[in-house]
Amino acid sequence: MSTLEIKDLHVSIETEQGTKEILKGVSLTIKTGETHAIMGPNGSGKSTLASTIAGHPRYTVTSGTITLDGEDVLEMSVDERARAGVFLAMQYPVEVPGVTMTNFLRTAKTAIDGEAPALRTWTKDVKAAMQQLRIDADFAQRNVNEGFSGGEKKRVEILQLELFKPKFAVLDETDSGLDVDALKVVSEGVNRAHETGNMGTLLITHYTRILRYIKPDFVHVFVDGKVVEEGGPELADRLEEEGYDRYAAGAGVAVAPAVQA
Amino acid sequence: MTDITTEKARIGAPSAQPFIDGFTEEGENLSPVNTGTNTSTTAEQPSAGPLGGASAKSHSHGGGVGIPDSSRAGRLTSYKLADFKPLNGLEEDWRFTPLKRLRGLHTEVLNGAAPTVSVTAPAGVVVETVGRDDKRIGQAAIPEDLVSANAWENFAEATVVTVPAELQAESEVSVLVTGAGEAPSAQHIVIVAERFSKAVVVLDHQGTAVVSENVEIIVEDGAELTVVSLQEWADTAVHASSQQAKIGRDAKFKHIVVSLGGDLVRVTPSTRFTAPGADVEMFGLYFADAGQHLEQRLFVDHAVANCKSRVLYKGALQGRNAHSVWVGDVLIRKEAEGTDTYEANRNLVLTDGARADSVPNLEIETGLIEGAGHASATGRFDDEHLFYLMARGIPEKVARRLVVRGFLNEIIQQIKVPAIEERLTAAVERELAATDN
Repeated sequence: MSTLEIKDLHVSIETEQGTKEILKGVSLTIKTGETHAIMGPNGSGKSTLASTIAGHPRYTVTSGTITLDGEDVLEMSVDERARAGVFLAMQYPVEVPGVTMTNFLRTAKTAIDGEAPALRTWTKDVKAAMQQLRIDADFAQRNVNEGFSGGEKKRVEILQLELFKPKFAVLDETDSGLDVDALKVVSEGVNRAHETGNMGTLLITHYTRILRYIKPDFVHVFVDGKVVEEGGPELADRLEEEGYDRYAAGAGVAVAPAVQA
Repeated sequence: MTDITTEKARIGAPSAQPFIDGFTEEGENLSPVNTGTNTSTTAEQPSAGPLGGASAKSHSHGGGVGIPDSSRAGRLTSYKLADFKPLNGLEEDWRFTPLKRLRGLHTEVLNGAAPTVSVTAPAGVVVETVGRDDKRIGQAAIPEDLVSANAWENFAEATVVTVPAELQAESEVSVLVTGAGEAPSAQHIVIVAERFSKAVVVLDHQGTAVVSENVEIIVEDGAELTVVSLQEWADTAVHASSQQAKIGRDAKFKHIVVSLGGDLVRVTPSTRFTAPGADVEMFGLYFADAGQHLEQRLFVDHAVANCKSRVLYKGALQGRNAHSVWVGDVLIRKEAEGTDTYEANRNLVLTDGARADSVPNLEIETGLIEGAGHASATGRFDDEHLFYLMARGIPEKVARRLVVRGFLNEIIQQIKVPAIEERLTAAVERELAATDN
């Protein structure tokens, strides 16, 4: 059982107009086996939270903490965070020239586990995982994300999730740009990883669509860098009907008390 | 700041109307920091050739100096040194080269001790050392610049490697060229692949030298020849190498340039098709470290119909004032109908302070071709690549290596001589280890 704890997190970025605060005090606790959905309109800071957890250098934490089982995540370098068990499925995975998927996957697995995977079982695992995600076998020989379509890139992110077996997965709008079939395939992958019982999930999404396939235990609504409402799966249903308009209506929104500790 | 320049490509000579749809006089824009600029085109209308009346006009180069030749075909060639004007560095073909660092190759009599040549060849391959009057000298090449002509005028003896007709050489021919000191010198090597023969010849340049070299390569009808030119010189070496190949009917020629060591290395390979049906591949790999100048200027002369050429050069750069130059001239002459050509250069800038110049030039004098394309991209191994790999647990150093190794491996694996491939892989690792310090 692991716990990823975010406490009163404030994050800013440097822009041409100066420093801009994006996250204005976010607190969130995720435990193994739980799925938390973070929902909110564009520009509310959802992706900033994801990138900050992974340690993207663009984001500066001005105050607050992130800990993984008590260890200070903010003190760790990007690769140390990954090795500690944090995985970020990126919204826009970059193309890495010159590195084949096969080579990349093996190198990453070796780094995360601290030892090279047994070649025989590893090859089998990769093949099986690719098949389940309906990724063509020839992708293994292609360079990382090079020439992949948007949907293919997302499937490859989930492939990594399944192979690297992180303690916590942060899915940054993995559903955006996917058609229904791809959405199902990707969701099944996340659910498989979740069913191992060793992973907690932070699912960041703009739409409620993916929540039909991945059932959240908790839903947090993000507006303007803060959690403005929290609830169970029923909150997602309400959002589907009503949209984010009522939050955008102004500062008068009453923040519902947190339903979980 | 990293200094990345990618010049605009130019296609043919200027004309008021683009002669290929979608192409302007200046060619398409090539992004300076670019991960996938890639163009390919097939000329469809046999419109008036771009070298028609307007060819005499000079055209402007992005940021260039001097007056470029109006056509690559018009460049002065001569065996006589006196025919070439002294260099001032503003010439089109010397504008990127720091002449001061040529250490006299363009001004001195090249009578220093030439690098020693030792050849290891499989059974059947004939190796000779011959004098200047040997009839095979001058069969494939004629100097195209002053430094090459200077070597031609001054070389004392030549090494001739002949792969006799129909011989399938069972292993590679290794020509070890070892520098004999820093007095400016001249070198001459002739490689002949007679008809229907098949061989791999490796020119292996090592040690310390200040040398201008002419390599003549004859690929006779139906022959299949690979020439690998390795420049693994010591740090202070200066090397200019003109490598000219004459390609016969239905011949296959693969040329691979690998430049890693030396202070200044300038390789100018050219291939000339003399009969139809031939197929040429030209590959290059260079890794420029701090202060190193590695230059490659190639020329593919499609002078006859129905030949095919493919060019791919890849370079990595790291450290202050690491400088690479790639200029790819491809000329499709009026007679060369059915030509199929594509050339590309890719550079990967690993640190601040390095500079990669990349200039593809494609001249097309006939529209009746299969295809003609070119691409040039100079990219940085940037923070987003690094973040992606590190977010998967891969430490920074390993990530950097992974990318460079993969990037350059595409060329290394073309060599297909396992011992050489292993040696180069190890050499690239050493270059990378240098970054870590």
